[in-house]
Amino acid sequence: MDFEFTEEQKNFREEIREFLDEEVTKEVIEESESGMGFGPFSWKLMRKLGAKRWLAPSFPREYGGLGLSRTYRYIVQRELDYRNALAFVKGLGLVGVDMAAPIILKHGSDDLKREFLPRIAGGEIELALGYSEPNAGSDLASLAMRAVEDDDAYVITGQKIFQSHSHFAQYHWLAARTDTDVPRHKGISLFVVDLGSPGITINPLWEMSGLRTNETFYDGVRVPKRYLVGEKNKGWYYVASALELERTLTIGYLERMIEGLIEYTRETSRNGVALSKDPLVRQKIAEIVIELRVAHNLVRRVTWLQDKGITANYETSELKLFIGELFQHVAQAGFDVVGLYGQLRKGSKYAVLDGLLESFYRSSFLPSIGGGTSEIMRNVIALRGLGLPQQH
Amino acid sequence: MDLSFSPEQKLIKDAAREFLEKECPADLVREMEEDELGYSPGLWRKMGELGWPGLIIPEKYGGSGGTFLDLVPLLEEMGRYLAPVPFFPTVILGALSLMEAGSEAQKQKILPEVATGRLILTMALIEPDPLYHVSGIHLQASPQGNGFLLYGTKIFVPYAHVADYLLCAARTENVDGKGDVITLFLIDRESPGIRCEPLKTVDWGRQCEVTFDGTKVPAGNIIGKAGEGWPVVQKVMEQAIVAQCALMIGGAEKVLEMTVAHAKRRVQFGRPIGSFQAVQHRCANMLVDLDGARFVVYEAAWRLSQALPCALEASTAKAWVNQAYQRICANGHQVHGGIGVIKDQEMYLYSRSAKAAETLWGDTAVHREMVARELGL
Repeated sequence: MDFEFTEEQKNFREEIREFLDEEVTKEVIEESESGMGFGPFSWKLMRKLGAKRWLAPSFPREYGGLGLSRTYRYIVQRELDYRNALAFVKGLGLVGVDMAAPIILKHGSDDLKREFLPRIAGGEIELALGYSEPNAGSDLASLAMRAVEDDDAYVITGQKIFQSHSHFAQYHWLAARTDTDVPRHKGISLFVVDLGSPGITINPLWEMSGLRTNETFYDGVRVPKRYLVGEKNKGWYYVASALELERTLTIGYLERMIEGLIEYTRETSRNGVALSKDPLVRQKIAEIVIELRVAHNLVRRVTWLQDKGITANYETSELKLFIGELFQHVAQAGFDVVGLYGQLRKGSKYAVLDGLLESFYRSSFLPSIGGGTSEIMRNVIALRGLGLPQQH
Repeated sequence: MDLSFSPEQKLIKDAAREFLEKECPADLVREMEEDELGYSPGLWRKMGELGWPGLIIPEKYGGSGGTFLDLVPLLEEMGRYLAPVPFFPTVILGALSLMEAGSEAQKQKILPEVATGRLILTMALIEPDPLYHVSGIHLQASPQGNGFLLYGTKIFVPYAHVADYLLCAARTENVDGKGDVITLFLIDRESPGIRCEPLKTVDWGRQCEVTFDGTKVPAGNIIGKAGEGWPVVQKVMEQAIVAQCALMIGGAEKVLEMTVAHAKRRVQFGRPIGSFQAVQHRCANMLVDLDGARFVVYEAAWRLSQALPCALEASTAKAWVNQAYQRICANGHQVHGGIGVIKDQEMYLYSRSAKAAETLWGDTAVHREMVARELGL
């Protein structure tokens, strides 16, 4: 047993930290806080990380990575999260690096790999996730967007929803139905679509956290066949096998929130006594720190399994479930500790922690939903982790 | 990063399971609840023959020189089978204290006997003002002649009624009169003036009240130095906390397995109840609780083995395992339904044991407070 990073990993983390301490500027954080997606400063940071091969260190060298294990990618994402940089949907990584690229690497054609992987790793492009539809959320296999073969292209029509990256990403990582005469899991294919293609309309939807997400409409969009990922009708299986990567949430943002709360209890007195000396406050803070440490170990387990090349399936669902719900526990503990002042927004007179708790609260409902709801996670754990019988 | 047991540790786990599956059926646990001794001398002797109590004892004292982490797979299995033996007090409280601070003569005399299961040790620590803290120690040891006289009461002393030696933390006057300090004594339980009375508890683990009424202890029986007992106790407590957690994980794992097996077997509405989402989600929560608990305990145990600071990790582990095991038992009972509270079944043995374990070596509030302290609050 060994619960620590190797010396190389520690050195890598040190390098990343030094770099990000310098490069995560006020402007980068403001772009994160704006909820509007990557602006010029975020793109600049993406490209700088890419140039150092640090955005996707676990990619092979030929595609812009360092050929290192998943742990290195986790180290980078944790540090970004912790600094609230390039972070929109809290705890989730990048669509290109973490969701699309692993599938392209495993199943994509050489042309597709050459066209996209170096640009993803280089921080030049980002993709928007295109799975959910208005009538296909947890029941993703019921998705209805149609892709029909026409000569050298697929013609795609339908609607996607909840793509927080569509308005600033260059490409769409899209799941669409290519066959309606087979069982529904067997008629789905994956595409990489240029979001500038004629026939695509993107409309904003505004989340309570202040985050812009989108609904994206396809009206007869022609996508050249070379942008089909892997084999036709295999999309569902590709997605299912890569979900474990999507669901590997990091805890950097939670750590930052909790550290902020601890600092607040030290600096704030009620009735002449520091909050940090109040037994109930101490219990609350300890409670969430303990949960965070449990979460940290669940993350360690998944990255360790992934490094060993073991498919961490239900283990990732445990992690996603635990961390997804931890956001709400931390928000509640935060309000229990801070009380009246907790509701004050950033910029408001008397705001504490620069309004962080107020905005944290508003972002705390999505983590137990996006990337697979807690209920779907429990299904996976029950069926795959415990071998309980399928529901009829 | 490596979060798994070594091949040797896996062997320990497999061998322990094979042995206990055969030698420690639930009926033995039930029998011991009514038994006067409260433990099975036969089972304890066989464990001694297998060298289990000596696993962590250095080879020069007849043990196998294992690490603290090597104990974890063994403790997990003992927790799984609720093994009614005085392993914990003998090895964790007794042997580890002697290994930490005992004199060469004490070690040579006691440890080889412990390693083969011929001696039972325990620690008399907690008093009626129950604190896992130095301020909770009031029992007085007054100098008299070439030794000390002990007066006072200790409670929650596991297996004191069958122990050969008690390790007792007491307040002693410093030789230079600098006020009271804690000294750890090694006391023959047969010494005059000692009375042991098992307490009736939620489970069957024999925890005793031990009264010292002018018990004479020779100065040579001090463990370590006079007045320097508390750091030894603290170090042993840290190990006891993590060892207790390992026992609890083993029990929790068994509860989950029994519950899942029941959910697959039990048919209602024409289908196994384990195919209902309401039941599946309870079981899923149990697995998350178990795995969450498992790795914080392993982390603490690993740090102990590496001699790294471990106060934060040990308290994190106990606070979390306390709650997780309680929830696992509550969910286990709910899925078992009515049959789970019937004494023919095993579920109730675990939920009782879990509650006692929750209170031992610090309940959740105690360990949250410890975490707060470690955070510098």
